[in-house]
Amino acid sequence: MTTLTRSLCAFWNSSIGKKIVVAVTGLIFIAFLAGHLIGNLLVFVGQEAFNEYAHWLHHLGHGGAIWAARIVLLGSLVLHVVATVSLTRANRAARPSYAKEDTIQASRSSRVMIWSGLTVLAFIIFHILHYTVRVDSQLAELGKEDPWKMVIVGFQNPAASIFYVIAMVLLCSHLAHGFSSAFQTLGLNSSKTRPTLQLIGKAYAVLICLGFISIPISILFFGYGN
Amino acid sequence: MNLTLKVWRQAGPNADGHIETYPAKDIPASASFLEMLDIVNEGLIEQGEEPIHFDHDCREGICGMCSLTINGVPHGDERAITTCQLHMRHFNDGDTIWIEPFRANSFPVLKDLVVDRTAFDRIIASGGYIDVRTGSAPDANSVPIDKKDADEAFEAAACIGCGACVAACKNASAMLFVSAKAAHLNKLPQGQPEKDKRVLAMVRTMDGEGFGNCTNQYECEAACPKEISVDNIAKLNRDYLAAVAREATV
Ligand code: HEM
Ligand code: FES
Repeated sequence: MTTLTRSLCAFWNSSIGKKIVVAVTGLIFIAFLAGHLIGNLLVFVGQEAFNEYAHWLHHLGHGGAIWAARIVLLGSLVLHVVATVSLTRANRAARPSYAKEDTIQASRSSRVMIWSGLTVLAFIIFHILHYTVRVDSQLAELGKEDPWKMVIVGFQNPAASIFYVIAMVLLCSHLAHGFSSAFQTLGLNSSKTRPTLQLIGKAYAVLICLGFISIPISILFFGYGN
Repeated sequence: MNLTLKVWRQAGPNADGHIETYPAKDIPASASFLEMLDIVNEGLIEQGEEPIHFDHDCREGICGMCSLTINGVPHGDERAITTCQLHMRHFNDGDTIWIEPFRANSFPVLKDLVVDRTAFDRIIASGGYIDVRTGSAPDANSVPIDKKDADEAFEAAACIGCGACVAACKNASAMLFVSAKAAHLNKLPQGQPEKDKRVLAMVRTMDGEGFGNCTNQYECEAACPKEISVDNIAKLNRDYLAAVAREATV
């Protein structure tokens, strides 16, 4: 093994190294979510605007850009999940429980990261099958011609919309801790900036959550696009 | 005051432990928590029973020897004090108090409330020092140090190594301890030459001892009797990343 690969292995096998991988991949998702939300909200601007955006996205760099993004996101997801599952298992193994447990100040979100994360993972798999792979033949037909209509029809399904909303609420919880936590992991904060970063993280989490759920709610409950 | 104690009793390292209930009668409110246990132990000894074993030494909040998780909180609910500085006036007559050892698999129970914290010593031995001839104390200000750095190094050096951070952490992570011990040297000019070596060695020993991973919940900072800041953890993360990068490329 070269020095570099040995160092990379040691980095991955160390607690701080794995956490840095979690933080960097988490920040990649945070940047992605902001872009993805802005794009999706075009659904409210109108059929034409949304379809143009979808067309532009799929043909950017002769269709290469979207694949580059998919590879980075999928790679990040695998790293994030493998690292967090391994960290969580190690954490459980390190600590026997108290007969009388108490928590001084850790937030509820921070204590359910693995559960909010795994729900989001289940959602991501469902979401990709729903709108990217399009396992439903009706949506697959629509997706080719009219992505806007595909979104509308897709969310007219109550089960899909409700799961979407639940997943977004848990994503909000995940981000409420994760956003500022990533800055601590990367050493990019101090006691002066920590409260501000925590506030920005919570605001970001709420905005992302409300932004995304506005789409299925408008379609399912307010008949948008009907 | 009269209290009910729920105390962890464990005959030895390999024995099964359990919670035992004891009455604590006629405890003066001015007694410290450890004095309260002394009174209960005198009663137990009179009855020919094994007294409750617990760690202590200075009883003035400086040695880091006392431990105890009281009602689920290391060193009890009062902020910024050790168990030996906790007084019974903070409790109410009739209270039930749960007393358990500092819990972490890297801190195995030796007997009752006494745990083995030598994992901390091994972390220090791996890098928490400076390889120079010490001689006598240098003249003040012979090495100029920024006020900010001096203050931060001093605050980190206030760590007494009691292990409350590990006991409070949901993951039994030792990051607050390790980061404070690394920072108080890494902040100062004397600590610079061996900074990377120190950071890598201390983090690797910490991982090898089986402590958990920090999830940035800051229970450690809240439980710390010396109010060591989690800023030290952010700094250790940064220093570790830089040290690994240099190790990989140089
Ligand atoms: C869009 C999806 C996701 C985003 C934006 C995201 C974001 C983040 C961020 C920013 C952190 C904080 C990193 C740190 O503490 O340094 C984090 C931590 C975590 N994530 Fe995710 N995550 C996502 C998906 C997932 C998934 C699918 C899982 C499934 C296992 C997961 C499990 C965790 C866990 C357990 C932690 C805590 C790690 C620790 O501190 O030990 N996340 N996430
Ligand atoms: S006995 Fe020394 S700090 Fe409590």
